[in-house]
Amino acid sequence: MSNYIAEFETLFRDVLENDDIVLTNETTAHDIDEWDSINHIYLVVEIEKHFEIKFSSSEILQWQNVGEMIDSVKAKKDN
Amino acid sequence: MNPIFSFRELQKKAKNTTGNVTDIRVAVLGNHTTSFFVKALENQLKVAGFNPSMFESDYDQIDITLIDGESELYKFNPEIIVVFESVIKLKDKFYSIKDTESQSDFYKTEKDIIQNRVSNIRANGSDAKIVYFSYELIDDELYGNLFSKIPHSFYNNLWQLNNELITFSRNEPDFYVFDINKYLKGTENYRDYTALINSDLHYSIDTFAKISHFLAQFFNAFKGHFKKCLILDLDNTTWGGIIGDDGLENIQVGSLGIGKAFTKLQKWAKELKERGVILAICSKNTEEVAKEPFEKHNEMVLRLDDISIFVANWKNKADNIRYIQEVLNIGFDSMVFLDDNPAERDIVRQSLPAVTVPELPKDPAYYMPYIESLNLFETVSYSENDKDRTSQYQQEAKRKKLISSVTNMDDYLKSLEMKGNISPFNSDDVSRVAQLTQRSNQFNLRTQRYTEKDITEFMNSENHLTYTVKLKDKFGDYGLISVIILEKKNDNTYFVDTWIMSCRVLKRDVEHFALNKIVEDVKNKGINIITGEYLPTPKNKLVADLLTKLTFKNNDKEDSYLLDLTNYKSLKNYIENE
Repeated sequence: MSNYIAEFETLFRDVLENDDIVLTNETTAHDIDEWDSINHIYLVVEIEKHFEIKFSSSEILQWQNVGEMIDSVKAKKDN
Repeated sequence: MNPIFSFRELQKKAKNTTGNVTDIRVAVLGNHTTSFFVKALENQLKVAGFNPSMFESDYDQIDITLIDGESELYKFNPEIIVVFESVIKLKDKFYSIKDTESQSDFYKTEKDIIQNRVSNIRANGSDAKIVYFSYELIDDELYGNLFSKIPHSFYNNLWQLNNELITFSRNEPDFYVFDINKYLKGTENYRDYTALINSDLHYSIDTFAKISHFLAQFFNAFKGHFKKCLILDLDNTTWGGIIGDDGLENIQVGSLGIGKAFTKLQKWAKELKERGVILAICSKNTEEVAKEPFEKHNEMVLRLDDISIFVANWKNKADNIRYIQEVLNIGFDSMVFLDDNPAERDIVRQSLPAVTVPELPKDPAYYMPYIESLNLFETVSYSENDKDRTSQYQQEAKRKKLISSVTNMDDYLKSLEMKGNISPFNSDDVSRVAQLTQRSNQFNLRTQRYTEKDITEFMNSENHLTYTVKLKDKFGDYGLISVIILEKKNDNTYFVDTWIMSCRVLKRDVEHFALNKIVEDVKNKGINIITGEYLPTPKNKLVADLLTKLTFKNNDKEDSYLLDLTNYKSLKNYIENE
């Protein structure tokens, strides 16, 4: 799990161009200024590319925080 | 030449660009989420060396934005307006039509909307270039391959609509069609259907990056940057094999071996030459041996008279390209060099980074597909005159020979037997005049770019004096080589708005010939002052002292120039007025 958080953090920092971003499982879009609805689309695409996975439409709609995003990735990678 | 970056790579590249000075103002209007497209285009323009300002219309508000003369769009004052409509949205609109008759007329209704949009842009005083995306050809598969027979099928309408767009563009000034279909072809996963449903993202963000790559190339051409010369290596580039070793009978071109691949390249080069691109040869060979296939091989498409400059020797290729550049007098950034040898490519890239040197694939079968994918010869103008360029440069080579046989410049100029014609703009020359204002970078006093519409306005203006200069000599006809526009500033002053000349006629005293006539005309209007200024760009140092040479007095304080006609002494030249 900690690995995923670290990878997510690196990715978020790079995509959102802010090196001060620190992620926890509870982090939501409200906690990060750059994480607006447009950048959310960008983040999802880059997460998919990075982990070589594809999220389903309903998964994307259900996430409440970073932890749940990581759960989606984990479920696909660990299978 | 930049590769096609992903959205994220592009974002990083753009961040590292600094010192861009050329402004470009672009507005984007769409019926879908265009934020990523606008961002990608902005980044591409930065990477291409521009300093872009972008305007994005509100989501799906194309018509309201265009109708409202007070809208932010017109305040933004764009140079280029891009209209990018997604066919997926259009399909919803189409399905809301209930009767088949109206469905059959759908493309006509849409065409009227497009024309209306253009009228609104012009009525609201914008002379921006309009770049209209063609419609993505996607079938809803309701009628399958019967679509061509069903006028009320969606797919049928899309084909018709694209045809209407092309027909409309042909006669509509400053309206261009950007075909999205050719860039989507071969793009993997160009649409992300999850993002389409969740975020109204009609193309994937990397597709936006790719499309904007080609759009930025097109804009580059608008700004006067395009390729004017193709330089070809010979052995294993223009034909297969090595002429010096294999001999005339064994080189592969036409039917022999993989000759077809080389024939395709030659045919393409020949068509480019017909379009006005200059062809040059740069080969490590003995000249007579290298020329033999052009003269004697009956399957060669290219012949010696297609080539403006033929350089075959054993010198460094970078030096030879420098020589070609000197003779042609064009920028290195307008040259493309094709060579199969990676080492030669590397030498040229290192010494002349501005020259475009494509990384030719190893297999000649892939030469043409690869070269075509680069879209190297983007252009925004074409005139019949372009076809004559090759013979013009061949004439130039003869003049270069003559100049070496005379001992002073006056004798040389006299021996050319030049005849000049200077007259106001006329309607036959509008496209050539506009083209010169678009293309000329070096001998260009103020680098004002004008459209055909602008030129027509100058032609009919009471406030302007317009001139074209045509020149011939005993070797041939240069055609229209200079454009000058003067604007009346007050009762006693004309201002030099534009002074452009083709570099092919440098040092012929054409500018003396022209100014003598201009002074005569201005005096006849009872006006005694002509003022001027020099606007420096990275490319027009050539004319930094033009006004001084033309006996204008420099006013140091304001960096402006003034010519008092009461003391004007006719300037020397050997051009006979005809």
